[in-house]
Amino acid sequence: MAKPKIATTSLAGCFGCHMSILDIDDRILKLIELVDFDKSPIDDIKEFSGRCAVGIIEGGCCNEENVHVLQEFRKHCDILIACGDCATMGGIPAMRNNIPLKECIDEAYRNSPTVYNPKNITPNDKELPLLLNRVYPCHEIVKIDYFMPGCPPSADTIWQTLIALLNNKPLELPYELIKYD
Amino acid sequence: MSTDKNLKRIIIEPVTRVEGHGKVSILLDEKNKVKQARLHIVEFRGFERFIQGRPYWEVPVLVQRLCGICPVSHHLAAAKAMDVIVGADKLTPTAEKMRRLMHYGQMFQSHALHFFHLCSPDILFGFESDPAIRNIIGVARKYPALAVQGVMMRKYGQEIIKVTAGKKIHGTGAIPGGINKNLSVAERDTLMKDVKQMMDWSLGALKIAKDYTVENLKTLAPFGSFDSNHLSLIRKDGAMDLYHGNLRAIDAQGDKIFDHVDYQKYYEYIAEEVRSWSYMKFPFIKQLGPENGWYRVGPLARLNTADFIDTPEAEKARKEFMAVTNNKPNNLTMAYHWARMIELVHSMEKIKELLHDKDLQGRDLVTKGKRRDEGVGLIEAPRGTLFHHYKVNKNDQIEMANLIVSTTNNNEPMNRAVQKVAEDKLSGHKITEGLLNNIEVAIRAYDPCLSCATHAMGRMPLVVELFDARGIILDKKEKR
Repeated sequence: MAKPKIATTSLAGCFGCHMSILDIDDRILKLIELVDFDKSPIDDIKEFSGRCAVGIIEGGCCNEENVHVLQEFRKHCDILIACGDCATMGGIPAMRNNIPLKECIDEAYRNSPTVYNPKNITPNDKELPLLLNRVYPCHEIVKIDYFMPGCPPSADTIWQTLIALLNNKPLELPYELIKYD
Repeated sequence: MSTDKNLKRIIIEPVTRVEGHGKVSILLDEKNKVKQARLHIVEFRGFERFIQGRPYWEVPVLVQRLCGICPVSHHLAAAKAMDVIVGADKLTPTAEKMRRLMHYGQMFQSHALHFFHLCSPDILFGFESDPAIRNIIGVARKYPALAVQGVMMRKYGQEIIKVTAGKKIHGTGAIPGGINKNLSVAERDTLMKDVKQMMDWSLGALKIAKDYTVENLKTLAPFGSFDSNHLSLIRKDGAMDLYHGNLRAIDAQGDKIFDHVDYQKYYEYIAEEVRSWSYMKFPFIKQLGPENGWYRVGPLARLNTADFIDTPEAEKARKEFMAVTNNKPNNLTMAYHWARMIELVHSMEKIKELLHDKDLQGRDLVTKGKRRDEGVGLIEAPRGTLFHHYKVNKNDQIEMANLIVSTTNNNEPMNRAVQKVAEDKLSGHKITEGLLNNIEVAIRAYDPCLSCATHAMGRMPLVVELFDARGIILDKKEKR
């Protein structure tokens, strides 16, 4: 039987959740034996090559491109896991939701003490995806099957979750793994 | 954006992530000659605005969420700025040494990650090799021992971060005025056990990077290279110091532009230009202006600015490194890898030194003095000089924040490297995936945070679309 496929992506996150996946350390070699990685930072697959059993999403959505990628994941994955606080509730980037976007942009490109902007430019180019009015958690964009809290979730949490899913067993996490900062 | 109707446009997207995606656009004329090549940073977060109003002691744990790849750098730069706010002008020995240990652990894991997981596939298989194996899994299959080394070295660095910061990612160890824990004897002894192994592997990695650079010097020397200024922190006696010091900037020949500048006044020396096509600003040295004042940071710049390194193996390696360019600054983009491995060795030597230091078991963790309303914290992060600047009001709330992250400093250099490689390698040729990987190799040399993301695991996902002047797709290539 073909090995189940896993896909992962980082949207408006800091990549810390992906680093926590890497923190499974040498167990990563075991993981490669159990699953194949499809579209993911771990390989060179840019577009989905087929149906995936599990999609792991880090980060919420702060621009149109994030939304597009998230929708692609929903379309191609049987199970979607929102991994980490940004994916589950917007996280730190969502702190901008209480502030008009223009104020955030002005702070970076006009008011900063080191800014040099004689022509009073705001970055605006067809190569730059449009920013959303606020940062959205994943479940406000697509259906999410599982939520994994933590900033980031620990490597052990991620490992045990994947193993439980792969073995079709219920997930029982000890207290230490569901206690945060 | 092109207004010239005869230009073709190539998009490489996503190059990788900086808390989002980076992307390269290339404009070609009818003869496939490169007219323009740019690296765009396509994501914007707004940290500088939305942390306003938060209490200052939250900041070291809050702003590290800028980056999960080197959170320790942001954690410590913010903590250093807050030291100034609380008037902790001199930390206790335990606090400073715990922070240093955390920082060297971070440097060690980050450099190992970049070298083994990201850059080794290019070195081991070749820039234009089959993309199906040109990644860390390919390395694990063909060179399993090397891949395991990479994994275990990164793990060791992460373990150091865990015992100093409390958590491997987004820890809480550094607080305004000091640190919240010391190193227990048990923690120390666990780390001690692997010192020799880690040192041996570090020297092995240094040898790979050095031999590769020296043996291929002819082809690597012109690759994405150009003269530039260099900037870093420097210790009072001119030694490399990754945790603390004053600012030094030199030009491409090694002449000093400024030296031993107190970084509390960094804004008198550095400014950042805004351009319409990237969310990342373009820093430059004010006295030289935006045209000529741009500079490089990171391992290459630090090797160039330092008069010496204060640990024996790294100093020996530094001398060999500098001899290649007759003790003048090294301006080769691809020399970053060798420089990075010298710092890997230096970090391991420092870790060893610190583990033997009894001060780490001290109990005097926090200090404070006269409260100030403004503070600047700088640190040499794995990718280069990192600037944090805050103003705090009477209610202890952040009033102003200005951050210049390491990768931002290298914005202009990375764009130059992209332009240079595009001109040298693509002009007049049929575009292939392999040729385009050359561009990524040049970006990767800088280990930008936009690459530590997707790149962190050895992948540069890529779609290239070739449009004609009317925007119709002529050709599309996907890298899988």
